[in-house]
Amino acid sequence: MPAMSHPAFVHHAVLLSLVLFALGTLGVFLRRNVITVLMCIELMLNGVNLAFAAFSRAAGTLDGQVLVFFVLVVAAAEAAVGLGIVIALHRHRDTLDLDAFHLMKG
Amino acid sequence: MMDAVLFYLFAALAVGSALVVIGQKNPMYSAFALIVTLCSVSVIFALLGSPFIAVLQVIVYAGAIMVLFLFVLMLLNVRREEEGARPQGGRVLQVVALALVALLGAQAAVVLLQVEPGPAPSFDASTRAMAAVLFSPRYLYVFEATSILILAALVGAVVLAKKEL
Repeated sequence: MPAMSHPAFVHHAVLLSLVLFALGTLGVFLRRNVITVLMCIELMLNGVNLAFAAFSRAAGTLDGQVLVFFVLVVAAAEAAVGLGIVIALHRHRDTLDLDAFHLMKG
Repeated sequence: MMDAVLFYLFAALAVGSALVVIGQKNPMYSAFALIVTLCSVSVIFALLGSPFIAVLQVIVYAGAIMVLFLFVLMLLNVRREEEGARPQGGRVLQVVALALVALLGAQAAVVLLQVEPGPAPSFDASTRAMAAVLFSPRYLYVFEATSILILAALVGAVVLAKKEL
């Protein structure tokens, strides 16, 4: 039996996605740099993508894969807008420390 | 056998570089570690039998998105995180949040370990099969909606990053 169709494979991929998501969440809480926090969010999105792909493999349908495609699109849009906000914040406050951003007023 | 070796090798690499991403104080090193994570996850996608998603992962994520991150990092010239005290009560909230994350992760892991894996059904995730699903009436409107989302993101990013807000 080839390892590709081994059921434990899908199982371990879901566990890996859980670990990646947890590490991303941990990073969001631990890091203080806005850009690092954005990267940790990308890490979480990647964990979710991996879970979608693994479940799609387990179910034998392509819907999970299509969802991964849409998550990729949303992640790209999020990164573009997020980094635009980071640049605007840096221009106004001259820092990237998250604790410095606690006012809604510009 | 070869597949299993590759799977666990790249799974370990993904977790290791993810640890570097959240452990590094220099965001530049975090970005490079994240590229390693994304490429490792791409290999896992390929091993799960989804070549289209694997290639997309490398091109869009490791290619486009990470280049954007590195570009902003170099543009703003960020060296390290600022040291110093966090605001009052921040530490307590951090510990509570971490405990909640750990609890959630433990719960999910327990549920996962109880599930008995069944035999995986046959599966065709070639680009042709993917396109047939993606452009079927089921997802066609969602697909068109993403184009509006990207247009909105494009305009939004330009407006946000303009000199005078």
